[in-house]
Amino acid sequence: MKTVYVDNAATTAMSDRAIAAMAPYLKEIYGNPSSLHTAGQVAKEALEDARARIAACLNASPREIYFTSGGSEADNQCIRSAALNGARKGKKHIITTAFEHHAVLHTLRKLEKEGFEVTCLDVHSDGLVTAEQVQRAIRPDTALVTVMYANNEVGTIQPVREIGEVCKRAGVVFHTDAVQAVGHIPVDVKADNIDMLSLSAHKFHGAKGVGAVYCRKGIPLNTFVEGGAQERGRRAGTENLAGIAAMAAALEEACEKMPANSEKMLALREKIIDGLLKIPHSRLNGNRIKRLPSNVNVCFEGIEGEGLLLLLDDKGICASSGSACTSGSLDPSHVLLALGLPHEVAHGSLRISLSEYNTEEDAEAILKAVPEVVEYLRGISPVWEELEKGERKHMI
Amino acid sequence: MALYSEKVMDHFRNPRNVGKLDDADGIGEVGNAKCGDIMKIYLKIENDVIADVKFNTFGCGSAIASSSMATELIKGKPISEALELTNKAVAEALDGLPAHKLHCSVLAEEAIRAAIKDYYDKNGIAYDKAMFPDPHDEEEHGFEEE
Repeated sequence: MKTVYVDNAATTAMSDRAIAAMAPYLKEIYGNPSSLHTAGQVAKEALEDARARIAACLNASPREIYFTSGGSEADNQCIRSAALNGARKGKKHIITTAFEHHAVLHTLRKLEKEGFEVTCLDVHSDGLVTAEQVQRAIRPDTALVTVMYANNEVGTIQPVREIGEVCKRAGVVFHTDAVQAVGHIPVDVKADNIDMLSLSAHKFHGAKGVGAVYCRKGIPLNTFVEGGAQERGRRAGTENLAGIAAMAAALEEACEKMPANSEKMLALREKIIDGLLKIPHSRLNGNRIKRLPSNVNVCFEGIEGEGLLLLLDDKGICASSGSACTSGSLDPSHVLLALGLPHEVAHGSLRISLSEYNTEEDAEAILKAVPEVVEYLRGISPVWEELEKGERKHMI
Repeated sequence: MALYSEKVMDHFRNPRNVGKLDDADGIGEVGNAKCGDIMKIYLKIENDVIADVKFNTFGCGSAIASSSMATELIKGKPISEALELTNKAVAEALDGLPAHKLHCSVLAEEAIRAAIKDYYDKNGIAYDKAMFPDPHDEEEHGFEEE
């Protein structure tokens, strides 16, 4: 049975170019970039070459890029750093949205316990926040605005450039978690008025365990991993050179191929959305236009997402859901709840996230399997029976 | 998936006794859609024996598997035995459930008890009310840890 992998928002396969870029640093060029000898200095050159290439992809300067262990660490470092530097000036207010990644929300929750005040902006039923909302929420004591570039579950693309503009005028630091955006849609830190940005390599066919912070010149970045003077003292620990080299190659490749890949994925996305919405009492979650080309997120009434995933897995389809059972808690995804979906409906969600490796045949396999599985699960669901008999009101 | 035992996956993929009984003598429904689990059990009773049982479940893989296993465990058994079915027995028969899924086996136990209570109520059979504590009185689903 052919595997149809459509969980690329969770992680991607490495590209051949990324693997090839990584290989020399596993064996031939294994020096520590901090060492003075030739082996170390060759490694150091490779590290700085990768930094420059990653910076170029984002329209940043190399000195504004700091390597981390991934997106979560980058989010933690940026937010904590901006918060601490704000607090030094008596600014202890942070603005965010209700549907950020947990790497952002949990960091903010901790900061709240430490005396910061957090304003969570509503993302509306279409999964979009506006620059006007940010404008209205900014106070004299606002230290930081952190709004994700694109949402990981529903794929909605936020008006980052406009939000950045608002923050720039107000003199507030603007951080964006761009983990789902970088390598997928054009990200230009200068044009987008971004002060701090987090990215993760394995979301664009790089390796897991490596990511980066972009921190604009003039914005302080505090150290949270103490030790050596790597990353100009901002992040201790011997650099993951193989991962970093692969990240540079993967990002360059993703940016080169972005127009063609976007077009290809967009066509598949639209085909899948149209096909899935033919299932009665289904809905697309998140704005259809301002959306990553790779993201489909649909709810089916009367069923629960985990059963859907397990049965799709039996048919070789690897997808994801925001149901409570898959989140490991009693509540379904905070993202779907932030969009205003009732719990009952949010439990029956399916996320399909594409990559350029997906094909027409994959889309057809999905459009064959999902309706079958939904029909089967509805057939054994007492909730669906009540909905059909009119004993329970349809919500979608 | 390694999340579940082979037994759970078998009962999830090929659930036993799935469906409804139009002439059921007792029907029990527990859980709520908001929490993502609803189980509905239909019983056919003959001479104090569970002659037939069917279920419908809205819920995750382990909820469907727990319903299936629970119906298997009580089919053809006297009511008195069905009342003794514990969530632990259901979970054990499934070769275990992950800790955060044990509430599914609790729902199965509760659904069966609710269906038996419904049968008693419909037929004017006297019973000790203490036998059927209202599960909604409890803050959270209680369950016996393995």
